[in-house]
Amino acid sequence: MLELRNVTKTFQGPEGEVRAIDHASLSVRSGEIVAVQGPSGSGKTTLLLVAGALLSPTEGGVSIGGQAPYSMPPKRRARLRARTIGFVFQQFHLIPYLSVRDNILAPSGAYYEPDAERRADDLIHHLGLGNRAKHLPSQLSTGERQRTALGRALLNRPGLILADEPTGNLDSENTETVLRYLQEFRKQNGAVLLVTHDPRAAVHADRILHMEFGRIVGDTTSGRTEATPSPEQGEHACRIGASARNSAY
Amino acid sequence: MKLIGIMMKEILYRKLACALTALATAIAVGSCVGAVVLLDSHDRQTAKLLARKEAEMKARMASLNDEMRKAALKLGFNLLILPSDQNLRDWHTEDYAAKDMPEEYVSTLAASGIVTVRHFLPSLQKRLVWPEIKRTIILVGTRGEVPNMHKDPRQPLVQPVPTGTIVLGYELHRSLGLAVGDTVRLMGRDFTVHLCHNERGSKDDISAWISLREAQELLGKPGRVNTILALKCLCMGSQDIALLRQEIVRILPGTQAIEVGSRVVARAEARLKLKKQSKQMIEAERENRAQLRVQRELLVSILVPSIVVACAVWIAHMGFADVKERDAEIAILKAIGYRSGQVLLLFLSKSIAVGLVGGTAGLLAATCAGYWYGNRTVGETAGGGAGLLTTQPGLCATALSVACLLAVIAGWLPAFVATQRDPADALRNE
Repeated sequence: MLELRNVTKTFQGPEGEVRAIDHASLSVRSGEIVAVQGPSGSGKTTLLLVAGALLSPTEGGVSIGGQAPYSMPPKRRARLRARTIGFVFQQFHLIPYLSVRDNILAPSGAYYEPDAERRADDLIHHLGLGNRAKHLPSQLSTGERQRTALGRALLNRPGLILADEPTGNLDSENTETVLRYLQEFRKQNGAVLLVTHDPRAAVHADRILHMEFGRIVGDTTSGRTEATPSPEQGEHACRIGASARNSAY
Repeated sequence: MKLIGIMMKEILYRKLACALTALATAIAVGSCVGAVVLLDSHDRQTAKLLARKEAEMKARMASLNDEMRKAALKLGFNLLILPSDQNLRDWHTEDYAAKDMPEEYVSTLAASGIVTVRHFLPSLQKRLVWPEIKRTIILVGTRGEVPNMHKDPRQPLVQPVPTGTIVLGYELHRSLGLAVGDTVRLMGRDFTVHLCHNERGSKDDISAWISLREAQELLGKPGRVNTILALKCLCMGSQDIALLRQEIVRILPGTQAIEVGSRVVARAEARLKLKKQSKQMIEAERENRAQLRVQRELLVSILVPSIVVACAVWIAHMGFADVKERDAEIAILKAIGYRSGQVLLLFLSKSIAVGLVGGTAGLLAATCAGYWYGNRTVGETAGGGAGLLTTQPGLCATALSVACLLAVIAGWLPAFVATQRDPADALRNE
């Protein structure tokens, strides 16, 4: 679903060039959760943004669902993001003046889905936000906000979710809830790239990548007991019409 | 979720910021419309003021015309008939005629059939020193008017002085302390004061009138007069007066007739003078109003662009603040697939919507102000109030277009900046 090949990203800082990612390669298959761990400043978030077609790499290649986003014109890249990727952030990034339902529906403004409203209602129900549908983000608890952000990420039936510290601001109960939803997404052949410091989150990953100074220095399989989808399943999910896109997620 | 829905909810959420932006637009549009209304009111006020002054002038002229017509009808011109050998220069300097003529000339004229004269007033005048009191006076002997025999007899304009009485001018009775009924001695003869005139500011103030017969006796000129005043000469043009003078001289050979100043002439002159002055006043008023308009145009040409520019800067500032505040929001919109064009549209549509609201508010405020100002200065709507909306739809459409244009121009740069923001920057730096 997602493949980064020898990606390097550098920035110009006040003291010269900063290498945020240094020749990093990874792949996330459909039906797989890959966690990225590492100390602050190790390049995890930059890696996620490069993977999300939001930040073009200085070197290397990125492939999402078999497509190279950085070879596309901006319009097609935006369309790829709208249809294929769901983002979840530590700070939720909900739009403050839209209700829970409207926030979940927001991606439909970028990419029209005929059944977006019905699907939004399904997600609201499934995420336990039925009594909060008309509330603004400021009226929600942190757990509810993150569930709303998750609903927004899932609206367009993406094949890939990129989550940046999704449990960073949550208590243990809400952490478990969010991770459970990510697991369910994975079960529907969705692919998840999870940037986290949280060891509880890492437990749910199929693989854990360790980053230091922009490099991926370790790739370990987690102790998760659930079966990892076969490569065949993964290849199947790579097609945009993956089963994840047809399920409730 | 449509863009317009997101835009409307954002406006409702950020009411204060949007209200301040709308206020700036309202001020800009209000100042533009207000300037137009101000100048329009000025023009209407000028037209009304000048029309009123012209109407006043016409009314006064009409009144004077009427008075002159009545005066001409009732009084006519006065001609003074003097002996032909009377030197007119002496007559002007001495205030009386030294030469005399037969009193019967009056009867001759009255019976002559001359139709343009109503009355004749013979008199014998002489400047002399009042012997008893040593005062220089003009003694006038008069017998009252002799009506034209060919006219209907009317109430005489000048009453005769009864025999044995005297009429005194203001200066004489005031300085001598005389009143009606007092007896006064003149040239050895006693007279009872019959009438004391009010001040006239002329030689009349030092004149004394007695009956013609007594004057002839006192002055030793029985049956003689030295002036015959022809009253109520009914001629309206100078040509008619010349003909009348010729006719009198023909009837009374050995005389000359001169025109004496009359109220009609004075009024005609006053009328002409007033007309000239009124026209000058109106021209001066017109000039003043034109100068005032130039001053107002200058003020408007400086003030309005300044206000519009200040408002545009304010709107742009609000726009940049909005973009900064919504940095993460713009980033997430892009992250979930919104294109730069959609983000631009989101910002610009908001600018236009707020601009329209502000423009409408500014237009309404300006029309209300115009209504109030027009009522106060012109006494009518002066293009304000409902009048502006109904009579000047072009102005309203222009005002709203200006509001939208201002909003788009001022909002374009912030919106463009918003589209150029790298979402990764906002999301990476959270």
